[in-house]
Amino acid sequence: MTKKLGLLTLGLAAALAAGCAAPAAPAAPAAPAAPAGQATAAPAGGVTELTIWWAEWDPANYLQELANDYEKARGIKVNVVQEPWGTYYNKVTAEWAAKGTGYDMVVGDSQWLGQAATQGHYLDLTDFMKEKGLDKTVTPATLLYYGTYNGKYWAFPTEGDALGWAYRKDLFEDPAEKEAFKAKYGYDLDVPKDLLQLRDIAEFFTRPEKNLYGIAVYTQKDYDAITMGAQNFIFNFGADWKNDKFEVEGVLNTEDAAKALELYRELYTKFMPPGLSNAFFQEMNDAFISGQVAMITNYFAFFPALVNPQTNPNYYDKVGFFATPPGPGGAQYASLGGQGISVNAYISPERQQAAKDFIEWFASKPVQEKWAALGGYTCNIEVLNSDTFKQATPYNPAFAETMNFVKDFWNIPEFGDLLVVSQRELSKYIVEGQGTAKAALDNIAREHTEILKKAGYLK
Amino acid sequence: MQLTRTQTARVHSRRSLTDVQIQVLFIAPTIILLVLWNIFPLFYSLYLSFTEFSVIKPDVPPAWIGLQNYNKLLSDPRIWQYFTLTGRYVVTTVALQAIVGFGLALFLRERFKGSGLITTLILIPIMMSPVVIGLFWKLIYNPAFGIFNYLIGYSVPNSGPDWLGEGSRALWAIIIVDVWMWSPFVMLLCLSGLKAIPDYLYEAAAIDRASPWFQFWRITLPQVAPLLLIAILFRTIEAFKTFDLVMGLTGGGPGDATELIAVHLYRAAFTRFTTGESSALAYIILVIVIAVSNLYVRSLNRIRGENH
Repeated sequence: MTKKLGLLTLGLAAALAAGCAAPAAPAAPAAPAAPAGQATAAPAGGVTELTIWWAEWDPANYLQELANDYEKARGIKVNVVQEPWGTYYNKVTAEWAAKGTGYDMVVGDSQWLGQAATQGHYLDLTDFMKEKGLDKTVTPATLLYYGTYNGKYWAFPTEGDALGWAYRKDLFEDPAEKEAFKAKYGYDLDVPKDLLQLRDIAEFFTRPEKNLYGIAVYTQKDYDAITMGAQNFIFNFGADWKNDKFEVEGVLNTEDAAKALELYRELYTKFMPPGLSNAFFQEMNDAFISGQVAMITNYFAFFPALVNPQTNPNYYDKVGFFATPPGPGGAQYASLGGQGISVNAYISPERQQAAKDFIEWFASKPVQEKWAALGGYTCNIEVLNSDTFKQATPYNPAFAETMNFVKDFWNIPEFGDLLVVSQRELSKYIVEGQGTAKAALDNIAREHTEILKKAGYLK
Repeated sequence: MQLTRTQTARVHSRRSLTDVQIQVLFIAPTIILLVLWNIFPLFYSLYLSFTEFSVIKPDVPPAWIGLQNYNKLLSDPRIWQYFTLTGRYVVTTVALQAIVGFGLALFLRERFKGSGLITTLILIPIMMSPVVIGLFWKLIYNPAFGIFNYLIGYSVPNSGPDWLGEGSRALWAIIIVDVWMWSPFVMLLCLSGLKAIPDYLYEAAAIDRASPWFQFWRITLPQVAPLLLIAILFRTIEAFKTFDLVMGLTGGGPGDATELIAVHLYRAAFTRFTTGESSALAYIILVIVIAVSNLYVRSLNRIRGENH
């Protein structure tokens, strides 16, 4: 009763508060046959239909294509229901609040894991994944960040993703540009080997009189964009959100982290097209496609649009990709995106079993190969390391490289509280220019410490 | 046609309903819906505002903490900062809407060739979704290619201000859009008030050789005042709840330069999921809106009393 009443309350709060492209997929191989010995079986437990919730984007369409194969193989219809990114988290959490059975499986953000696991919304998949050997099929980093919380598995890594970089090859490979760059900076113009070179290149290509700018990075405040963009720099300058004891003071607000933020702000204020003060993935791709910038950062999931002649008619054949470069001290991490697929803890055991059967089928190598061929970012080790995968798209090599050093924001149940603080303080310093980098980090560290103390992680 | 015994009994039973019973039957569905969807959540959320509760922790029941949520909110300087910001926003945007809307109504009061078309065109912004308007204006404000800077004199791209990226300008950028969108609403109400003023009042004033300013001040304004005040009341309540426009334009940023109280309430309720605390904040906002509305209603009654 309490949660239903709570839902009604949320409705009231909302009423008071608010009066308020996708690329074509690369050609896919023929549908994989079902794993050996599992061809066209009768639906188990009388379950004839399953529902998966995911955000509204291309990978969800690819998953629906795979789901159609599953129906042919097993006779169970699987519907992938898509919700716009902006409201996806709200939709899922509303279902959690009601202990609802609107979905059987959900492809959820890595940051939700702690919340969903500790509050009982996800089914514990540890025994299932170990018994079927699914945990051995994916890279350790993806299993850790997309699937693991408190030593247990709650999700099967589905869509690997992280922040990467796209650049204009025609500019980078132009002999005149190369010569001018070498004359100015003393080293060859190439894919940046560290974040300081990234800055130099951004500066070099910033020519406002020609409406060309060096770089575009995330600045959006709505959800988590500016935090994800800036943490790449914080990690690679040697700082972190916390240490193993959940201590933040002295770990996050260091001199190195301040330098990282100063660099991020310099990129925003000096080398980025004007008007991108609240920019996320769409604005990044738009800036690149319009020819305004030499480099952008974005999640790999949004890079297919850049190599598609339909969506990027002027530069689709002039785009290169690289992994996030290391910081000056050599630390190299990339902000984690991507999601794992989890099973709803509130559905019947029969439906839970049917959902597990689907995940087992999805995890099989032939299906993962097709998943990758369609445009999904597989986390399967064998597929990732295969030449077929690396040669399939221009961004796959950078993606495969990045998957070895991904790193996430907080994924404890209090991540929403922590995120609101980091978004506000980072936006305040980077975009608005209020205060200093050190002051912004001090504020974040102080407020994060308070939240962690209140939640019992710190004394 | 002959009725069977059962049909006759049904007819008798229907006829035996009293007028009051029929009224109750008609009203009951509405009352039930109101109680279920408005009254009950209103009181339940009031209860939750005195508890520590997160709606996404269904297994953890609300824990009674008395006035702690209210104490915490009212002693948080950041909340006061957001209330002050919201107050500035509400006063500025509603005042500008009243001036622009009333001015437009005066302009369109006399019928002239094309006045109907102009009225329709002016009303278009009201009919559009605030989210779509937010996205449009994001482009309009773009310092590289947006038309806004060009119109205010910055003919060279990138030479004008970044309206949405600068803390001091971002709130004004939202106010400008809100005024553009909702002044026509004020105009519409004022126009209906202006058209209802009897001509003989002006004729009598003209005979007494009253100046146009005197006529405006002593006839036009007092006659339109009740409707203008109603428009201001509606717009004030709406301005307090401004959310979608902010999310479409700035997301509350840069920093918290446009973090209006409704946006902050959204984050408390749906990002941090502090349901108890956000219920308390919702009630604080509700009390303020009711208090402000009450002031308006009193003024309205006074004006009506004077007019009669």
